[in-house]
Amino acid sequence: MTTEPVAEWASDYDVFDPAYVTDPYPIWAELRETCPIAHTDRWGGSWLPTRYADVSAIAHDIAHFSSRGIAVIPPPAAGEADPGGITFVLPPIGTDPPVHTWSRRLLLPWFSHRRVDGYEATARELCNRLIDEFIETGTADAAAQYAQQIPVRIIGMTLGVPDEMSDTFTGWVRDLLEFAHDDDRRGKARIALITYLLQQLEKRRTDPGDDLISELLHTEIDGQPVSDSHTLGIAALTLIAGVDTTWSGIGSSLWHLATHPADRQRLVDEPDLLPVAIEEFLRAYSPVTMGRIVHEDIEVQGCPMKAGDRLLLNFPAANRDPEAFDRPEEVIIDRQINRHVAFGAGIHRCAGSNLARMELRIAVETWLQRIPDFALAEGAEVTWAGGQVRGPRSIPVMFPVGSRTAAAPDAGCSAQTALAS
Amino acid sequence: MKVSIDPALCQGHSRCFALAPELFDVDDYGMASVIGDGTVPPALQHKARLAMSNCPEFAITIEE
Repeated sequence: MTTEPVAEWASDYDVFDPAYVTDPYPIWAELRETCPIAHTDRWGGSWLPTRYADVSAIAHDIAHFSSRGIAVIPPPAAGEADPGGITFVLPPIGTDPPVHTWSRRLLLPWFSHRRVDGYEATARELCNRLIDEFIETGTADAAAQYAQQIPVRIIGMTLGVPDEMSDTFTGWVRDLLEFAHDDDRRGKARIALITYLLQQLEKRRTDPGDDLISELLHTEIDGQPVSDSHTLGIAALTLIAGVDTTWSGIGSSLWHLATHPADRQRLVDEPDLLPVAIEEFLRAYSPVTMGRIVHEDIEVQGCPMKAGDRLLLNFPAANRDPEAFDRPEEVIIDRQINRHVAFGAGIHRCAGSNLARMELRIAVETWLQRIPDFALAEGAEVTWAGGQVRGPRSIPVMFPVGSRTAAAPDAGCSAQTALAS
Repeated sequence: MKVSIDPALCQGHSRCFALAPELFDVDDYGMASVIGDGTVPPALQHKARLAMSNCPEFAITIEE
């Protein structure tokens, strides 16, 4: 694996380079001006657009850009070692029409506004319970002890898997995304995840519940049952896409508030502004970069892309393009015009965006209600992960000691209630 | 003022519904539609413009 520090971003970028992970903004700004679609030979080679117009146009051009490869670096020996004879694809995001069309239609109602509204009370309880664990100490890691703990538990509810699997899921998802450049970690996590989900499929086949896996097992498409590969893939996608991403978004939002006291105070004073501020955090700190595979030769902005080439849809860079946003490098929490593409654009718009937005809003709102006054701890070292999903992994913060809530209800019980409703 | 959505462009981001639920609805697939015939009362014109300028698919049109 390549570990040489990057000297030339236009022709030799590396989305796992520490400089890119920690502070990509000046790199994107320079590329937009000098070489708006960069190229690298690292990690199997890829193209990297940085302008909003190019990223959006490519995201919409499904005729030339296939979703059969969505990882930012190619998987190791794809499919060879997968258990159970499973062809591991991730519909709908990792597929093109027609599989994309029917699988997305099955998935979307699970994350509709109405369904997500039903998860809100559970999310709030969960956030309060997490805060209870550290509020009396005056210090916390806002990433590891809070942001990281929230989405995995909500996604676990939709899949009907037990709460105690949360840390295991988090580990698998981190190995698949954050450590994708480590073939060993990525490969082992992939096999562990497939093996676990295959067991869940078998269990639900005879003992179905009110969960996504059970529904997929009992659904027919054009008179045929959904294949086990597709059921497993949709379940795996729900887990992989619903954990690291939202956790990164919550973490970035809290990191911003810990380091920008005026914005923090304004949101405490004007909580109604929070949904608009969340959109600005999504724009400024977009977590997700998605891969595409060039379907047939095409020239884009003078770049000769060949069939089979990998391209990285750099939504985070698009969202800081001065051609698309006024003062893009500033975080303006009441920004009025904000066509950000943090959740992608075109037919692969994030299927879980309603859920992610709800989790972000509840997580930040609950934190600010319980801990309105907080800042980075003295000498705090904030660490970031990057690549496919960028966000803070450790945010040591300090705050005036607060008190636990009285008799917080058990989140596990209410999770079942929310699902049943 | 009248607002309309191009259903061929809408991809279900639901930004319009979040910003102006008085003017837009979304179905379980996120697909947005205007409520009624799309006529925007004066008090909601600001919200209609907000919805238009936050749609990542440029699917909303306003006729003044």
